[in-house]
Amino acid sequence: MGLSEWLSYRPEDLLMFSLRVYERLFELHNQALWPMQLLALGLGGAMLFALLRPRPWGTRLIAALLAVAWVFVAWAFLWQRYAPINWGIRYVVPLFVLQALLLIALGMLKGGLGLPARWSVPRGLGLALFLHALILHPLMALPAGRGLQGAEVLGLTPDPLAIATLGMAAMASPAQRAWPLLVIPALWCLVSGTTLATLGAAGAWPPLLAVGLALVARLWPRGSPTA
Amino acid sequence: MTHHPHPLSRRTLLGGMLSVAAAASLPPLGALARQPGPQMREVPSTGEPLPLVGLGSWITFNVGEDPLLLEECTAVMAQFFAMGGRMIDSSPMYGSSQATIGHGLEALDAVAQVYAADKIWTSNPAGGPAQVEASRRDWGVPRFDLLQVHNLVAWEANLETLLGMKAAGKVRHVGITTSHGRRHDGVEHIMRDAPLDFVQLTYNVVDREAEQRLLPLARERGIGVIVNRPFRQGRLTERLAREPLPAWAAEIGAESWAQFILKFIISHPAVSCAIPATTRVDHVRENMAAAGTPLPDDALRRRMADHVRAL
Ligand SMILES: NC(=O)c1ccc[n+]([C@@H]2O[C@H](COP(=O)([O-])OP(=O)(O)OC[C@H]3O[C@@H](n4cnc5c(N)ncnc54)[C@H](OP(=O)(O)O)[C@@H]3O)[C@@H](O)[C@H]2O)c1
Repeated sequence: MGLSEWLSYRPEDLLMFSLRVYERLFELHNQALWPMQLLALGLGGAMLFALLRPRPWGTRLIAALLAVAWVFVAWAFLWQRYAPINWGIRYVVPLFVLQALLLIALGMLKGGLGLPARWSVPRGLGLALFLHALILHPLMALPAGRGLQGAEVLGLTPDPLAIATLGMAAMASPAQRAWPLLVIPALWCLVSGTTLATLGAAGAWPPLLAVGLALVARLWPRGSPTA
Repeated sequence: MTHHPHPLSRRTLLGGMLSVAAAASLPPLGALARQPGPQMREVPSTGEPLPLVGLGSWITFNVGEDPLLLEECTAVMAQFFAMGGRMIDSSPMYGSSQATIGHGLEALDAVAQVYAADKIWTSNPAGGPAQVEASRRDWGVPRFDLLQVHNLVAWEANLETLLGMKAAGKVRHVGITTSHGRRHDGVEHIMRDAPLDFVQLTYNVVDREAEQRLLPLARERGIGVIVNRPFRQGRLTERLAREPLPAWAAEIGAESWAQFILKFIISHPAVSCAIPATTRVDHVRENMAAAGTPLPDDALRRRMADHVRAL
């Protein structure tokens, strides 16, 4: 297909499913997984604790839990639920698995990652992103009129997982380990935010904003090295 | 133009619908069955009569394995068949739509009534036959009534595959598709050279480019025309909903903008059928009913187009 032909498509011409069908994916996913949401929220709380009081083992735990979540979401959500209505998703699944491998390699092996213990702009933004993913993001289903059965829970669905990972990578050091961890979550957030915007969904802005905030945090001038 | 109800296929259909009527809380069967049949037009190459309104499946039937949404789609198909509908159009590009159609056909026992129109959509023509076979399994039909090269993708090799299948009796009709007014030059070229039964393109009261060359050529070459995007994927009906329907629309029995648009399309003598897609039983009823009442003549068609242009 020539470029001029591609340009003649509107974004909504390329979307192959409706908002209702997309939102129902989360309802069915939640029904099928219940009560795993409670476990996921508990583990999310543990990760938050480890982010607030950084210790080397705690940082490794975060990387490990996030890695497990990227593989789980790739399989249970992307492959099982999303790919049947969106054939492009099958090309995303390997990227989610790659993100899990990166989290293990860069977050757990050798020196792993360091997290800041003292308040700074990157730390504030990173924690804000993580808190959004853990608490606010699932609750966004309520004002959208979807009820909690449509909630997107951290660890079980892609958007909050990508936002939480952005939060962690936004404040972590060293930079050469943190940057590669940012790429796939940022790409996912851009794809998901654009998809939601095209569908006319209210929840389009958090993933897009998260990418912007993560970049600001990452590019913010840093002081002394951290724990 | 002839008027053909389908007593036999409808009888088999009604049996299958009993179970779904209960499951999807459809209107009572009596109410469904009493609807007047649609007007028909013959496929130019074979003389087979087809209803002037069919059913599309892009987006609307891509519901994955959601049981609730599958039942809703089945209810749409039930209403469609109950009103004498036959052609359903899909493509391997449409996510789970083919499987949704297969689900509905099985639940409604409607394999004998459907005119199954699907597409070949691959830039690797060697994989074409396998793709068609996978689609056929999703639909659950013995063979397709029509296979079209989707959006002219690798059209030379894919069309050759389809013509080969037709010669071997594995598909009854062959065609090509485009939409949004794209690549009409290429379409014209293929229409002149290849033995097509159908061409599928976009045509409606505001997208009228096809009137210039493709629709006259289709008549000249005896090629049937399937019209996609009658409502511009719903944007046209949404826009017109803000305007009052002119009183003279009643002359042709158009009770809504959707019927107004469909009547404009299917009254063009080159058009075999329009294939609006919908998720709603009331909309499929409205769309099918557009083919059951009088159609505009040339003068009224001009008035319809002028009226919409002026809005
Ligand atoms: N290149 C190709 O081969 C190609 C390209 C485009 C389309 N197609 C085929 O053509 C079919 C039709 O095109 P399309 O689906 O893009 O667009 P369309 O049929 O013009 O519009 C579909 C939209 O119209 C709405 N609608 C249907 N009946 C209505 C009514 N009576 N009143 C108000 N709104 C109504 C539906 O919403 P509700 O669900 O609310 O009713 C749906 O969102 C496709 O489904 C596909 O099978 C083929």
